[in-house]
Amino acid sequence: MPVIVAENISKKYIIDHQRKSGSSSLRDVVTDTVDKIFPRKKAQDGFSEKEEFWALKDINFSIDQGDRIGIVGHNGAGKSTLLKILSRITEPSTGQIKIEGRIASLLEVGTGFHPELTGRENIFLNGAILGMNKSEIRESFDAIVDFAGVEKFLDTPVKRYSSGMYVRLGFAIAAHLNPEILIVDEVLAVGDTEFQKKCLGKMRDVSESGRTLIFVSHNLTAIQALCNKAFYFEKGRLIDQGETTHIVTNYLSKVSHKSLEKHWDNIESAPGNDQVRVKSFKLFPEYQDDLTHIDVRTPINFQFEFWNMEEGANLNLSMHLYTFTGECIFNVGTQSESFAKGLVSATCELPGNFLNDGSYVVSMMIVKDTSTVLYNMEEALVFDIEDYRENVTWYGKWPGYIRPQLNFSIRQTEHVVND
Amino acid sequence: MAAQHTITIKAGGSEKDYWKDLWMHRQLLWILSKRDISVRYKQTLLGVAWSVLRPFMTMTVMVFVFSYVAKIDSDPGIPYPLMVLSGLTIWTFFSNTFQQISNSILLNSNLVSKVYFPRLLMPLSSIAVGFVDFLIALGIFIVLTPFFDYTISWQIIYIPFFVLLTFITSMGFGLFFAVLNVRFRDIGQLIPFLIQVGMYILPVAYPSSLVKDTWFEKYYNLNPLVGIIGGFRWCLLGEKSYFNPQSLYSTVIISFLILVLSLIYFRRKENTFVDHI
Repeated sequence: MPVIVAENISKKYIIDHQRKSGSSSLRDVVTDTVDKIFPRKKAQDGFSEKEEFWALKDINFSIDQGDRIGIVGHNGAGKSTLLKILSRITEPSTGQIKIEGRIASLLEVGTGFHPELTGRENIFLNGAILGMNKSEIRESFDAIVDFAGVEKFLDTPVKRYSSGMYVRLGFAIAAHLNPEILIVDEVLAVGDTEFQKKCLGKMRDVSESGRTLIFVSHNLTAIQALCNKAFYFEKGRLIDQGETTHIVTNYLSKVSHKSLEKHWDNIESAPGNDQVRVKSFKLFPEYQDDLTHIDVRTPINFQFEFWNMEEGANLNLSMHLYTFTGECIFNVGTQSESFAKGLVSATCELPGNFLNDGSYVVSMMIVKDTSTVLYNMEEALVFDIEDYRENVTWYGKWPGYIRPQLNFSIRQTEHVVND
Repeated sequence: MAAQHTITIKAGGSEKDYWKDLWMHRQLLWILSKRDISVRYKQTLLGVAWSVLRPFMTMTVMVFVFSYVAKIDSDPGIPYPLMVLSGLTIWTFFSNTFQQISNSILLNSNLVSKVYFPRLLMPLSSIAVGFVDFLIALGIFIVLTPFFDYTISWQIIYIPFFVLLTFITSMGFGLFFAVLNVRFRDIGQLIPFLIQVGMYILPVAYPSSLVKDTWFEKYYNLNPLVGIIGGFRWCLLGEKSYFNPQSLYSTVIISFLILVLSLIYFRRKENTFVDHI
């Protein structure tokens, strides 16, 4: 049974190129109105100050009772606009949505907290703002305080709270809402890892209790763990919807800003110099389980080919791997050998379960006599490694540059015998 | 509960359930009002005493300036300070609520952009603070009266009517400005000025009898606040205070008309507040 049916939803914004803030001044409106009544000749270049922008365009979908929908897409794809429309914060420019059931949306943690009020007062204030009535709040009051862990500070104004306490209290209140439909926007981006764990645990409870969940996040691991269906938004359009893994895979294959191969057929135009010219640099992932993206398990082979144009040159290669933000993770080199004129090719194997998830940049250096750099091909290849986890119930960002699987074992070494 | 609770979201808003929705959110109205009142004097030394001090000090200054310096007379038989204080009490109530309502959407912009509830709750709840101040000021008036050898008139029982009328008028003007304020921050600059002007063109520091039988009395009385201030004074000070009941008709009609118009305007704009904030 569908609980949300959306038909032809569009949302239009007028972008004003001249003014920076959303609120225009009265003077602007007066001059604009005068312009409308007495049209003046506009500047000849035809540049229009105002431009229509469709944050959402012709969105149709239906969500069934108990569905857990994950929404993925780039920044500015229209995800937040959709949530705002569903939460009735703004209205669509066209179309309509029918919603059955009590809906609660959590677009921010601690909405409407007043810094001067105490934790206790804010629980009632925030609860009421989120749509709970007094008896509901009273019923779950102890549970909220317990979940947030702020017993000692209940009668302290929240402006004296640490940011962690503030967020915990905010989420605790939201977590005790009992709506039939829950909308959550990227709350996991805040708080420490301990807190993120709690949030996801709570959302899992919600989804397991048969309620409907709509969840926007850039954390694809969390989306895959929590949602059974996903929507993929791009430039204001709903371009794909369906089973989560399918959508996430599709999304990943499109979003990665990767360049997995480069090659030049013509030696004249190839990068390099009189001594060496690059023919190709390619990356071959050994994809796992029919996937079309690289995840942390995927072994990767690099293949590099170049033309050597100096007879008997002593050459070796040196490869650097950087994170996207520019830290060098490693540098590996080949043996130096003497080569005749012609094509030289090299391969390097990067094992799976070695790098952490993230974006990486590779550069390749051709070195003569182990000391002179003949040519350095900087930022030659770019690739993304996606997250993958098994048997783990924690979805936060895995720390570290590398994520090796080491022999790390745990065992019981002594039993305490009770008498 | 699940089955009956259906909402439709579409361009132009969902008209028919709005008032039911507003009623369902009445607890929130109460909580928001309580919030405004309880944070009012947080971290002040004198606390609630400010609510007593402010009208008292304003009255003292006005008595000095208008009565001793400018030598304006009160209606015969009415002590000038009482005339000023009664006018000031109702005028302050109006100007406070008007100002609070006009700023209510902007002041709550963090809520507007993050959560849904009928937006009318914000202007409604912003009245609470002004109302509490009004009750305090009225208390001061009643306490001070014997010191001027004067007795409060029995007509004080009509006060709720004039309070309601003030409320309707401030809502009427306030809602209109609240909507404009979201789009044009100029309004924020304009309001204190309007209030300052209002204080002089309205019979706050002088009795409305000064306007009696002038050529502009007809137009003067069109301002709903003239009727409200005159009527309020008549409630407290009795028949000696000049009050033209004729002005009451226009007051009521104009106040209601403005309220209805600005409600329509507010309803039409409220679903898109967030796009302009």
